[in-house]
Amino acid sequence: MIIGHFNDWIVVVLMMIGLYIVIAHGNLIKKIVGLAIFQTSVFILYISMAKVEGGSAPILAEGITQFSNPLPHVLILTAIVVGVATTALGLALVVRINEAYGSIEEEDIQHLDNQTQDETQIQATEGDQS
Amino acid sequence: MAAPICLLLKRSQLVWLFSLFSSAIAFIISVLLLQQVMSSGVISYELGGWEAPWGIEYRIDKLNAFLLLIISAISTVVLMAAQTSIEKEIPKEKHTLFYILYLLSLTGMLGIVSTGDAFNVFVFLEISSLSAYALIALGQDRRALWASYQYLIMGTIGATFILIGIGLMYQMTGTLNMQDLSQRLPEVAQTRTVFTAFAFIIVGVCLKLALFPLHLWLPNAYAYAPSIVTAFFAATATKVAIYLLIRFTFTVFGLSFSFITLPLQELFLLLGLTGIFVASSAAIYQKNVKHVFAYSSIAQVGYIIIGLSTSTISGLTATLLHLFNHALMKSAIFLALGAIVYRLGNVQLSSFNGLGRQMPLTMAAIVIGGLSLIGVPLTVGFVSKWYLLTALLDKGWWPVAILILLGSLLAVIYVWRIVEVAYFRKPLAGSVPVQEAPLFFLIPIWLLIIANIYFGIDTRLSLQVASAAAQSLFGVSP
Repeated sequence: MIIGHFNDWIVVVLMMIGLYIVIAHGNLIKKIVGLAIFQTSVFILYISMAKVEGGSAPILAEGITQFSNPLPHVLILTAIVVGVATTALGLALVVRINEAYGSIEEEDIQHLDNQTQDETQIQATEGDQS
Repeated sequence: MAAPICLLLKRSQLVWLFSLFSSAIAFIISVLLLQQVMSSGVISYELGGWEAPWGIEYRIDKLNAFLLLIISAISTVVLMAAQTSIEKEIPKEKHTLFYILYLLSLTGMLGIVSTGDAFNVFVFLEISSLSAYALIALGQDRRALWASYQYLIMGTIGATFILIGIGLMYQMTGTLNMQDLSQRLPEVAQTRTVFTAFAFIIVGVCLKLALFPLHLWLPNAYAYAPSIVTAFFAATATKVAIYLLIRFTFTVFGLSFSFITLPLQELFLLLGLTGIFVASSAAIYQKNVKHVFAYSSIAQVGYIIIGLSTSTISGLTATLLHLFNHALMKSAIFLALGAIVYRLGNVQLSSFNGLGRQMPLTMAAIVIGGLSLIGVPLTVGFVSKWYLLTALLDKGWWPVAILILLGSLLAVIYVWRIVEVAYFRKPLAGSVPVQEAPLFFLIPIWLLIIANIYFGIDTRLSLQVASAAAQSLFGVSP
């Protein structure tokens, strides 16, 4: 049971590791790493589901009668590209956040945000009084 | 299809005109498509000439055509105001990029709606969301970056969930075509894999549509994005996600599976109601007017979901109507807010003092939009709430109907706060007098507002399409 579904176990474990990192870590880069792990687990899910025992790549050649289902592999090629794009965009955002806030820790950023909010409120109340 | 129009990389001032032009063409095409679908039924187009269950199929039925119409219409109107608005909000060298992203996002949404292939949905979803993240990050405030980052994390998790769900469905059925899936799924419907697939897809889609407990990304993303982007996304992004929800629950999994085997009905009803109350009460306490209306969007999603949860034809009709109407009113309101940002530089409630006299046309637009949110007769909001209530009463759920009316009262409070500040308080002493918004804002805003009132009085067109779409959905699912 456990050995037969070896791939699936890996998938689930990776998925949970990834999600946990995304939720629990305050560091933005680490969150993106977690997201990448999470996506990778899904890639493995697709790839392992298409693999046929003893099958080869789907090439027309002599002696090949059994081959893996190529469709999910192609799909996941697309999904990998999407994943790369997401990671790149995420990292670019982190760079800009770092420029704007001077930090990539979630707590610091929220702290800074609350400060700016307070300031605008104070300005607003001062405006009302004047 | 109108999807591949985005291939523009011209670096000139003409980009705006070109985007407007392509969006308008998309709009015209979708009007024609809707007419054709209404008269002759489903149109399907096989991409690359491969036949349907193997190749990728674009499939337009009444529901898609309706959604295509909403999205392209809103996008065209919003784009009219874009040039003026981004002059102040985005540095000049990024204007071309802005339009490219905008069109990419539009492409993604039109793609999601028109495709008949489950995996294609995921690809288009990512196209539109990736450009959405980038668009939101273009906001002036540094908090826009943070909002965009949060949206990126949540959105990617949602999309990946959908991907898992689609993968599991493929594993069980060996097909990705939605029509094919809907035929093959009932055979394997009682397996745990299908249940899991369903759960993953629903959660993923609900993340995208900001259903109540999964809405946390939305207020900040809407509030700090450039105004044009907000107007566009508030009207379309959540609508597309709701379309996906309808498509998956009704067409792919089938009505009986979604609503009878699983307790989706109660779940949606409960979440929709809590969403309405929590989000409306949150809206009352916001200081930033964009925040107010962002929270009100979440509440409106609640109404839409409740219509869905009745799982009757009239309920679904109400849902589709509200989809259309909400897109109209929210884009009008956010565009008007964009005009205020253009003149004032911010949308804090405190700087609205006396604005009713200084920008009468813009504020009047906000007031009418707000009345429509509440559901006052003669506006579109009334029509869809009326149908929603009738659907609920038909079903015998009168406590829900009462709660919905109470929810509307909360909307009265948050709209009234804005009206009070804008009309009954004097402008701050020493503040610079502001002028009325430029013409490029007023035309699209009032186009939307007039549409608001027109469809509030003459409901035949929108109602006919919505009920036809609802009936066809029930026809597909046995």
